[in-house]
Amino acid sequence: MFPVTGTAALVLAVVFGAAFGFLLHRGRVADYNTIVRQFLFQDFTVLKIMLTAIIVGGVGVFALVQAGHAQFHIKPADLLAITLGAALFGVGMVLYGYCPGTALAAIGGGSLHALVGALGMLLGGILYALSFDWVSANILPVGAMGKVQLTQVFGLGAPAIFIALIAIALGFFAILEMTARRRA
Amino acid sequence: MSTATFDHARAHSAARIDWTPYLIGAGIGVLSWIVFVVVNNPIGITTALSQVSGAVATPVLGADAVAANKYWAKNAFKLDYGTLFLVGTLFGGFLSALMAGTLRAESVPTVWAERFGPSVAKRYAVAFLGGIIAMFGARLANGCTSGNGITGGLQLALSGWVFLAVMFPVGIATAFLLFRPRSA
Repeated sequence: MFPVTGTAALVLAVVFGAAFGFLLHRGRVADYNTIVRQFLFQDFTVLKIMLTAIIVGGVGVFALVQAGHAQFHIKPADLLAITLGAALFGVGMVLYGYCPGTALAAIGGGSLHALVGALGMLLGGILYALSFDWVSANILPVGAMGKVQLTQVFGLGAPAIFIALIAIALGFFAILEMTARRRA
Repeated sequence: MSTATFDHARAHSAARIDWTPYLIGAGIGVLSWIVFVVVNNPIGITTALSQVSGAVATPVLGADAVAANKYWAKNAFKLDYGTLFLVGTLFGGFLSALMAGTLRAESVPTVWAERFGPSVAKRYAVAFLGGIIAMFGARLANGCTSGNGITGGLQLALSGWVFLAVMFPVGIATAFLLFRPRSA
């Protein structure tokens, strides 16, 4: 039965995409203000959503892979490319005020500057494609570690890593909620 | 918008876009389980966006040049799962805004206006530049906040965690620099 392919999968792409966009918008992260204020430590919505998604998603996906119902899709750890790319992304995301997913949900919600920035993203995609030969010859091979997971890096089981992540997240959330209450 | 005279601040406070971030994060986590199992195609945005950039580049660079490009050859534009997911994300944001009654055109967000004034041209220029940088970075890193941050993070992929570990500090530094108090 699974995975669904063909036309049904194309219909599901719109459905799942809509669920994603709906959640981002309802979570107030399809909002320039929420995203920029995260990077200014004035609002922790972005981190709360991302950490919860990683933990809830991760525990389930690892269980599903273990049970043979799903397979991993690990991107290769090309360390130089990821480091440079993530640094550029951090600068771009703050200037733009959106990341690519939240930008699309924001455009749906009526953000015109998100639309202008999306045109910039298309130009960025073109510039990357045009520089791809150089990048793949000079950047991608540097520090290319392959499709590595933290379990291999630390020599720990996934449960141990998730327990640590959950402990860190709960502690972090507790501090955030206590300081928010004290301020209110 | 139910009232004839439209008050942004009131509309915002009245908006029902106040779901707790933990619920949103859990929702995105559960959506990840579903997409891993049902379509075997995890959440991601910028791979599909680079397909769209190839389609946009075609009239300018010519179909032959785009077809000959190694990057676009790997990521050729078609209405496939990835590009339709983008359509869905945009639609989901629209649906949420419509249902919450917050659907409105936004050119200059509050946090930006407080620091840089009401100029639409200035905001659009920076959003466009930010879009270029964010997308180039996301492609160099082989994923954005969705594909690397959430999908990579939840699979405990080294690539995803390196992305998060670099992106957040750089974003924070950029935000504090950009929004530093104006010197007199």
